[in-house]
Amino acid sequence: MLDFLRRIASLCRKELLAIFKDPANRVILIVPSLVESFLFGYAATYDLTNVPYALLDQSGGIHAAELVARLDGSGVFHRAATLRTQKEIADVIDAGKALVVVQIGQRFEQQLNEGGMAPVQLILDARNSNTAGSAAAYIGGIIEGYNATLQSGAAPPLPQITVESRAWYNPNLETRWNLLPGLIASLSMIQTLMLSALSVARERENGTFDQLLVTPFSPMEVMIGKAIPSIMIGLTQSTIVMMVALFWFRIPMAGSLVTLYTGLTLFTVASVGLGLSISAVSANMQQAMLYTFMLIMPLILLSGLATPVRNMPEFLQIATLINPLRFAIDLVQRVYLEGVGLLTVIHDLIPLLIISAITLPLAAWLFRHRLL
Amino acid sequence: MNKSDSKLDGRPGSKPDDKSNGALSLPKPPGNPPESASRKREGGAGGSRGTGGPGGLAGFWPRLASLTRKEIRQLLRDPGSLAIGIGLPLVLILIFGFGLSLDVRNAPVAVVLEDPSPMAVDVIAGLELSPYISPVVVISMHDTERLMLERKVDAIVRVPSDFSRNLAAGDARLQVLVHGTEASRALIIRSYLNLALSQWTQRQAERGRMAEPAAAAASRTGMVVPVERMWFNAANTSTWYLVPGLIVLIMTLVGAFLTAMVMAREWERGTLEALFVSPVRPNEILLAKIIPYFLMGMLGLGMCLVAAQFLFEVPMYGSLLILLGSSMLYLLVALGIGLLISSVTRNQFLASQVALLSSFMPALMLSGFMFDLRNVPVVIQWIGKALPATYFMELIRTLYLAGNVWPLIFKNCAILATYAISLLALARLVTRKRLD
Amino acid sequence: MGETMNEAAALVASAVHKRFLAKETGKIIHAVTDVSLRLSSGTLTALVGPDGAGKTTLLRMTAGLLKVDEGQLEVLGIDVALDPQTIQDRIGYMPQRFGLYEDLSVQENLDLYADLHGVPASARAARYARLLQMTGLASFTRRPAGKLSGGMKQKLGLACTLVRSPELLLLDEPTVGVDPLSRRELWDIVQQMIDEEHLTVLVTTAFLGEAEHCAHVFVLHEGKVLAEGTPEEIRQRARGLCFDAVPPPGQPPRILQSRLFDDARSIIDAVPHGGVVHFVRQPAADQRHLDALLESTPVTEVEARLEDGFMVLLRKQQDMDRPAAHAESGTRERTEKMERVKGTQGTAGPERMAAEDEPEGREKVDEVVIEVRDLVRRFGDFTAVDHVSFSVRRGEIFGLLGPNGAGKTTTFRMLCGLLPASGGFLQVAGVNLLRARAAARRKIGYVSQRFSLYSDLSVMENLEFFGSAYGLHGSRLRERIAIVMQQFDLQGREKSPSGQLPGGFKQRLAMAVGLLHEPEILFLDEPTSGTDPMKRREFWRRITALSEVGTTIVITTHFMEEAEYCDRIVIQDAGKLLALGTPREVRVQAGGEGNHLDMEEAFIGIVERARRTPAETPRREAVR
Repeated sequence: MLDFLRRIASLCRKELLAIFKDPANRVILIVPSLVESFLFGYAATYDLTNVPYALLDQSGGIHAAELVARLDGSGVFHRAATLRTQKEIADVIDAGKALVVVQIGQRFEQQLNEGGMAPVQLILDARNSNTAGSAAAYIGGIIEGYNATLQSGAAPPLPQITVESRAWYNPNLETRWNLLPGLIASLSMIQTLMLSALSVARERENGTFDQLLVTPFSPMEVMIGKAIPSIMIGLTQSTIVMMVALFWFRIPMAGSLVTLYTGLTLFTVASVGLGLSISAVSANMQQAMLYTFMLIMPLILLSGLATPVRNMPEFLQIATLINPLRFAIDLVQRVYLEGVGLLTVIHDLIPLLIISAITLPLAAWLFRHRLL
Repeated sequence: MNKSDSKLDGRPGSKPDDKSNGALSLPKPPGNPPESASRKREGGAGGSRGTGGPGGLAGFWPRLASLTRKEIRQLLRDPGSLAIGIGLPLVLILIFGFGLSLDVRNAPVAVVLEDPSPMAVDVIAGLELSPYISPVVVISMHDTERLMLERKVDAIVRVPSDFSRNLAAGDARLQVLVHGTEASRALIIRSYLNLALSQWTQRQAERGRMAEPAAAAASRTGMVVPVERMWFNAANTSTWYLVPGLIVLIMTLVGAFLTAMVMAREWERGTLEALFVSPVRPNEILLAKIIPYFLMGMLGLGMCLVAAQFLFEVPMYGSLLILLGSSMLYLLVALGIGLLISSVTRNQFLASQVALLSSFMPALMLSGFMFDLRNVPVVIQWIGKALPATYFMELIRTLYLAGNVWPLIFKNCAILATYAISLLALARLVTRKRLD
Repeated sequence: MGETMNEAAALVASAVHKRFLAKETGKIIHAVTDVSLRLSSGTLTALVGPDGAGKTTLLRMTAGLLKVDEGQLEVLGIDVALDPQTIQDRIGYMPQRFGLYEDLSVQENLDLYADLHGVPASARAARYARLLQMTGLASFTRRPAGKLSGGMKQKLGLACTLVRSPELLLLDEPTVGVDPLSRRELWDIVQQMIDEEHLTVLVTTAFLGEAEHCAHVFVLHEGKVLAEGTPEEIRQRARGLCFDAVPPPGQPPRILQSRLFDDARSIIDAVPHGGVVHFVRQPAADQRHLDALLESTPVTEVEARLEDGFMVLLRKQQDMDRPAAHAESGTRERTEKMERVKGTQGTAGPERMAAEDEPEGREKVDEVVIEVRDLVRRFGDFTAVDHVSFSVRRGEIFGLLGPNGAGKTTTFRMLCGLLPASGGFLQVAGVNLLRARAAARRKIGYVSQRFSLYSDLSVMENLEFFGSAYGLHGSRLRERIAIVMQQFDLQGREKSPSGQLPGGFKQRLAMAVGLLHEPEILFLDEPTSGTDPMKRREFWRRITALSEVGTTIVITTHFMEEAEYCDRIVIQDAGKLLALGTPREVRVQAGGEGNHLDMEEAFIGIVERARRTPAETPRREAVR
């Protein structure tokens, strides 16, 4: 046993040395995950922060001015243009100068004063339907508020419903809060998959794998010796992203670190197993790289990182069942944001266990049996 | 000595051609059939040598044709390249078309009706009308919280037991709890819920107005009603903006990523060393790389166009011709990036990593493909605006969904052309027939 | 008519200098220093020299692929610095690793180069026919270049550079890793082109035997031209110093050879050749001392070879480079080193030492350690190894020879347990390596053809890792590392990344790793491919020393002279075993009674005879 451990330790040490002595590797393992976590943290947002709008106020009345003042004061909308005629609308929208044109009709004032319904036209540029929808909803909210003020002065008062909304786990509903925990799993997966997929292919290309195979190491030992360093690096990268989320973006962690790391470790094992299997079937580094790339794209897209799994059609939802990242993202988000315990995420842990239990022995077997 | 003489005898005037790249002379190339061996010994050998011919411009087309043929053959015989160039685009089209959707439809929402009065039921009836929400009435708040934890529902609308009493008094409260983990989805659901619930007030106001005498109505202030009109995306589906954007991704993939790897492979395998010591010019090597991958990129474009048209039925309002033209421009930009990366790294692994990080990821993240650039911090906006992909993205979405907006077309095409020219020129500059 | 002098010379280098910056160390390496040479048209010229002498750098500068730092280099009367393209239009260049496009077929590769060189369609048919006939590739035109054997790839590379007749042909080590048969064919092609088309050829080579055919030879050493002249002029330097000594019957020549070689003070070079030991004495050697050394073995003076002249030159240079005191102690140093090998290697050491050359020792040694019966290996429907049987006895040096693609590498890989056999019986050190576990593999050491240690790891880290792979640890590991470090002269390099060691060091490190765990059998796959004669001698001296202490050695090689060091050899072709026996027996089988044939001639004879006779199956090359 002691001997076994010593041999594994020596394999791991060799692997880590070989990885980190290459300056290109050192850069590739640290810099991208740091840069990407910052970039995604800032760039990946569906929240509206800065929406240019154009105003076409044909009424010129006081209510219109009040409403527009609310819009301008929202901090989200800023006026990019003030239009005179209907014709100008097309220009500002087409050229992308304004995301939305708020058109207040000539009879607006009159309609309001008559106690009727006064429509406000919102012409939205829906080339990005997501932003357009959010902007419409936001303006709707502002108008809602304005209506409430209008009515409050009225006598007799109409019955009012105040909707108190609260968001669980993400009080301000920031996209970043759901994205960065997702990145803890996905960024490290890109790297561990690539690293483990290249590890055997690289040795094969350099001829060192033959040298390794003539030593008394068993395939299982070689596999473990390859897996452990990749797992360590994967967990380190997860930690880096987690630090960025925790200390830079100040997203509070609700769950326990122990639970989080248990889940992450299981996930990293599964993705290393996947990587090593790729490595074992590819004849050279180029193949390993292409296979990994072919795999990473669908894995990430169908993981629920960018869009929810529930929005996918049925057959794709079934396909995601073999995607370790799908479970990992769910797991990390739940533990990080919702603070659940291991038992709650057991439905994530079991698939990860199954994936590891298939890929790792497969890789070990392939090491010996694909020797061309 | 004999040979040097023969050189002069055999082909007088060939020397000057040599220096001026022999554009004029269509030279007799130097491959000599064996039967000419004896002739050569008398001077024939020298005759075909020393002409600038094979290296001159006259040889440009045949050499380029031959190199291109070689490149296409290699491409067709390499399953890995085909997988990235054709397989992956197909997969992406399907995933983006079917799999990715940011739209909220029929989001399950639990309604805890602690006050089963007709008034309360009337209020929540508004929820049923919304196409975005499918409410489920639950009695106990405790059960509902569990549903929320298990993500069976996206939100809870709680109607407290004193709701109708308070409403009668003029001010009632409703509680909306949304699951915030998926922030964007939660945001949308919340605003739909707010809208649906507040519509009750409107309905109520309307009813009231009808009941009231006209004079009383006139004394009150009316209500503002927003009327939304979604331009360019009447269906308001994300497929309409994701699928055209996919063209950008696929072109980047083929142009930058694949080309960088293939060119780096030539450096790595040493195939260029032998090629360099031949009449081949660097321009020809680069062009021969550009042509097949350009074609492959156009094939990807074709797949996207067909899928968008027939599979996802995305309308196209702009001109197809301009779309093709601008795609070619962007493809050249991507190829320029790919060639530049490979010439600098000369190593497949490094080239693929650099290509991924410097072209593909930014095209995905920072070009406005998924996340609107208007919402990001200024610094990131700058980075986004420095990317050629951003301009192509904007252009292609406009062409698809808005139509021929000429100022935007001119501006973005000009920017893309500038990028294409400078990147290709740079790639040419760093590709020298040198090993050091 | 006499144009200028430059017109007559295909290449004129005056005081050419080339520096490189070693990125890792930041040191400047002077690859070529002050080289001046002149190559006249229509001749075959060789650049010879040890590894790292700057041969390839010089060739690349000539081809315009590297910038000339100082001095002037004129090719075909054109300054390379000014107009490399015109030169590249007119010359032909075959780099060491010719960049064939492996996905393209033989024909497509040829077409590509013909197109690039603007060969008109009308001239092609005849030219192709001739090139394909000369290279023997005519029946493989549709095969992808990647599936050709090493020798065929080289020939195709040469054919690609000869699609038209270049004004200057540069060949960079065209025969590295190529078997004697293909090597001879390659040279035949070059010679034919010179005869028929008056080609001017500049070739670099580590094979001195090849340089014998050249009209002119430049000896490069550490970036400088050490000597130049016709092969005859180089040979002159060893004239009167060369002898053949006949070893006592029943004793392998290597025993006498190593004794002679160890005495650096009296002997410049010694090498087994055609059953005798060919040696070059120091001109100043003491005759009585020599006689004592030779122990009354019969000696005849022989003609000097080019290699002898080369060795004399290099020895002189080495003695000049080294301080005098060092040179004095040369003898002792060389022998001491070998003693160390003996003293430290293996538990079998002492008893084997005592038993040396004694009949009783021989008996003990007759134990069979490798047993191969009816071994078969198929790849698809191709049989790479076809019912091969042989056995290797303990303490033997056993050579596996054969042309490229003959199946010897496949056999070798099966012996090491790297490849499963398709059929037959295979036992190494009493077990089947592929099936047997750790314990069996502990008994073998493996040194592959390419440097295959972790190049980012330092020397010490590699040794530690492989030591622990064999279960060594703690003080035992440190002790063994210290021993092999000393044995293979690696001291002072502990911290250097192994990938950046000079070639010779790399190989010694690979050997050190292979021997760290004191294996019973050492497997060496083409260990001397592409190395210069000096390094090969040193390498073989280590091998013979190892064998003296009882380590069994199985080796593959393309250098037929090296077969002379072996106790027994097998020759394989097309998967079949063609010859098995002592070098002498094999020579006899080839038809040369006595010592008339050297090993290379014997090898070619046997292989060609086998290929000519029952030609039921067409000649097949390995498809892997």
